[in-house]
Amino acid sequence: MCAFARHSVRRYLALNIYMLASLLVTILRYWMFSHYGFGSGEYFYFYYYSDALLTIGLYFGLINLYSHVLNELQAGQYVRLAATLLLAGTAVFSYLVVQQSSDRMLTRFVVELSQNLYFVGLVLTYLLWGAMLKMRETRTRLIQLVLSLGLYFSAFAANYALRNLYPSLHMVWGYLPPLMALSLPLAWAYAFWRVPEEARLAPARLAVIPR
Amino acid sequence: MMAALILMLSVAALLQFFVSYCRSLIAASRKQPLSEEVRDVTGIKSMTTGDDFARVVQLLHLCPERPDDRNGIQAIGAYFQLLSFLRSSIARLAPALRAWTEMERAQCAYFAAVALDRRIAFSREMFAQQMGG
Repeated sequence: MCAFARHSVRRYLALNIYMLASLLVTILRYWMFSHYGFGSGEYFYFYYYSDALLTIGLYFGLINLYSHVLNELQAGQYVRLAATLLLAGTAVFSYLVVQQSSDRMLTRFVVELSQNLYFVGLVLTYLLWGAMLKMRETRTRLIQLVLSLGLYFSAFAANYALRNLYPSLHMVWGYLPPLMALSLPLAWAYAFWRVPEEARLAPARLAVIPR
Repeated sequence: MMAALILMLSVAALLQFFVSYCRSLIAASRKQPLSEEVRDVTGIKSMTTGDDFARVVQLLHLCPERPDDRNGIQAIGAYFQLLSFLRSSIARLAPALRAWTEMERAQCAYFAAVALDRRIAFSREMFAQQMGG
């Protein structure tokens, strides 16, 4: 809505399609939750399958941000090719991890793929942020979109790692993701609504280690 | 072992993204001058200091909320807490880090003062609309 109001839908099309898909999935999840309950198999399957699809969508949103940053280098097609190969590689790796499981292999694969994509997304966002600092990117809105995406990916990657380390606390790791998931639409809404497209800032001020 | 490594890397990246994100919010507000009214209300004369933050946030809570600035204020509030923790722990041993945390805390206070300025303007607009309607 904020992107629409600020005429930024086409410029950040992949991000807006992801947000729309995310909204639809949230409505459907609520419907599943209210009909079948939090502990039901139906909700469990729907949650993880939709999460995997949304993560893939967000992955392409990230690639779209790469295209914005590397626009001047005319490297769009190489980025897309590398991203597709990386996605396929992550899927193969996830399959190799779960192939030993005899039961519910597809579900395990979906959960594993989601988990790995969050970490791959985190690494890619970190690289993008490094490139932005190196290239002295000044577009405030783009900077805020990338940083909030980095926050989102790292929070989910940390949550999955904690879940693997302490599986007995599954109630905590089950409730955290919906709360963390709120941060991305809020941060993006702020970036679209409050930060004008033409706003600029000095990127060197944002680095944790001053440059 | 692998999960522990991923956790460590994720938390390190999370902290770095969080600090950079908060600094981007602060940098965007730094260009906006404070009105005389806010300077009078908050007692900020020329430069803000970290000690102004709590007072400005208290004043912020007295104003009607603007839905679009709530998350930014919460993020900066968390960043301020992190800086205060650093200042009272590790920064005691490193004077350069202490100066940096103090400067960052002052900028958090400036961000809050700019948000207060916006909320006062927003309240005034709402009041004018009510009087007009």
